[in-house]
Amino acid sequence: MRKISYGEAINEATMQEMERDPNVFVYGIGVPDHKKIFGTTAGLVEKFGDKRCFDTPLSEDAMTGFALGAALNGMRPIHVHARIDFLLLGINQIANMMASYRYSVRGKLKAPVVIRVVVGRGWGQTFQHSKTMYSAFAHIPGLKVVMPTTPKDAKGLLISSIRDDSPVLFIEHRWLYYATDEVPEEPYTIPLGKSSVLREGKDLTVVATSWMNVEALRAAELLEKRHGVSIEVVDPRTLTPLDDEPIIESVNKTGHCVIADNDWVHCGFGSEIAARVNEKSFGNLKSPTKRIGFAFTHCPGARELENAFYPNAVDIIRSVEEKLGLPKTDVDSEEFYSYERKFKGPF
Amino acid sequence: MKELSIELYKKVFLIRTAEEKICEHYMEDEMKTPVHLSVGQEAISAGVCAALGDDDGQVLGTYRSHGIYLARTGESDKFFAELYGKATGVAQGVAGSMHLSAPDQGFLGTSAIVGSIIPVASGAAFANKMQGNGKTVAVFFGDGAIDEGAFWETMNAACLMKLPMIFVCEDNDLAVHTTKSMRHGYKSITDVVSQFECNVLDAETTDVEEIYNLTLKAVELYKENGKPCFMHLKYYRYREHVGVFEDFDSGYRSREEFEKWNEIDPITTQRQRLIDDRGVSEEQVKAIEADIINQVNKSIDLAKAAPLPDRAEIFKDLYA
Repeated sequence: MRKISYGEAINEATMQEMERDPNVFVYGIGVPDHKKIFGTTAGLVEKFGDKRCFDTPLSEDAMTGFALGAALNGMRPIHVHARIDFLLLGINQIANMMASYRYSVRGKLKAPVVIRVVVGRGWGQTFQHSKTMYSAFAHIPGLKVVMPTTPKDAKGLLISSIRDDSPVLFIEHRWLYYATDEVPEEPYTIPLGKSSVLREGKDLTVVATSWMNVEALRAAELLEKRHGVSIEVVDPRTLTPLDDEPIIESVNKTGHCVIADNDWVHCGFGSEIAARVNEKSFGNLKSPTKRIGFAFTHCPGARELENAFYPNAVDIIRSVEEKLGLPKTDVDSEEFYSYERKFKGPF
Repeated sequence: MKELSIELYKKVFLIRTAEEKICEHYMEDEMKTPVHLSVGQEAISAGVCAALGDDDGQVLGTYRSHGIYLARTGESDKFFAELYGKATGVAQGVAGSMHLSAPDQGFLGTSAIVGSIIPVASGAAFANKMQGNGKTVAVFFGDGAIDEGAFWETMNAACLMKLPMIFVCEDNDLAVHTTKSMRHGYKSITDVVSQFECNVLDAETTDVEEIYNLTLKAVELYKENGKPCFMHLKYYRYREHVGVFEDFDSGYRSREEFEKWNEIDPITTQRQRLIDDRGVSEEQVKAIEADIINQVNKSIDLAKAAPLPDRAEIFKDLYA
């Protein structure tokens, strides 16, 4: 099968859905400009015209409500934000309007909105261009929150999100845009609300979100090589509605759970996972659940300080070693993900 | 003309009667929903809603939308059942007074967050434009909403995108109890808005027919120049911000002011027109009124007797 990147998978899903359904349109700040939101909106304005792919005033609040209104009248808007930090200007429309609209009109209208939003780390982004904050959105009933890790999931889950009649927040980590994998060419759907086991294992469960799955898979590989332990990695993929069955099944099998989150730990999504593991798998736990995530402070600018803020594969390895009573392996000679290999420009 | 005048009178009289009946029964404490009454405002709800029929218009409103609902639907059974929190209500008791809607009659819904429905209206107008269905969207909001960024953001976007919509600013000079002079760093909203690429219509009237005609004019202007309309309509809120009482002794406004507006009360104005200019007899008017009073009384009886909603309602229609 041909391989394409996560960014190309999102672009292809959008293109195919716009071809299939004339009600689908894509808009947002910078959507049709030459940068094309990390390439994800490439070719859309050229193919579908500026009525179905357009830029907007810098009015996140109004333009979010705009999506809801268009959806109530039968359209299927995809509203794109280059940072979740900017989307916070529109959170009133999401939390107060969009999420409760169908409920308030007793299903007589629907709100099929997709909000595509970019999160995560570039370099030097500091504290207003780097937030993730998805637990705040996952907290709201009526809204679905989808956060794919693999290119294949990105395409299938985006198509499902566009076809879904509820509002969906679709969260994309910047670094994942360059991940490449086999992705079917034809349109396909992956159901929302289904977790995915990315790696099977028997000794310990890592539940990871978004980019942290990349770190978790690298950690699992090294742990196997150095300690001979087998790690299972579960990616929830959809935060709301959350499918906790594969997580509970996995923890029942391994007895240990590490949660690697791409957000602040305090009151974060990892806390929800920990609580569910506690509620549903308590008798099978051989050790307390462990949460890993951002340091509880604001994202700093300097590279050295960023390294103190963000968790990575080594943090996962150390947590696993501690849980399983293993000695600390020397990882100095190992290669880990480094963004210097991918990015050269301001990012 | 006579028929339209009667139709408009029926609408304003239904709204006034329903609101007065709410006042009469509210202290029984069975309507456990915060009511923001439309008394004094009837001509705006009725005039705009009547001008935009089910086939050529859609409306969106605020927490003060009893008038819109009643003008749009003409029914009061489901309306009162909703206020009483009953299974037979507009939204089975989920919505209460603040979140009325009637999508089948083009009343798409409301927001109880000041200004927040305005952007939604612009999206609805965009969809209508894309679909080429010729519909006009009217969005109602108070003068408090023009303090919100969402209003200015939406004005800008709607003018830029040439959306078929009417911004209906219902100006009672009050954001809850705070007057415009305490809130505005500019002289006149219509002066400011006139710098946008929109049509501006401004009126201080309680005449439902004048508002009906202004709305038609806004639609005509859009056909001529493709610009949305900002319609600024002054009115006087007879009752307290939320609740059923008068509050002229609270210090922020005076009874004298109310009495000035009461002389041009929207209901008596239209009633007088029917008799003086439209050849409707006093007896005919009384018969119309009796029918409506009867309708409302029946609705209240039905609402009181209606069953409570099923608790499972709280999970219904949360997701599609």
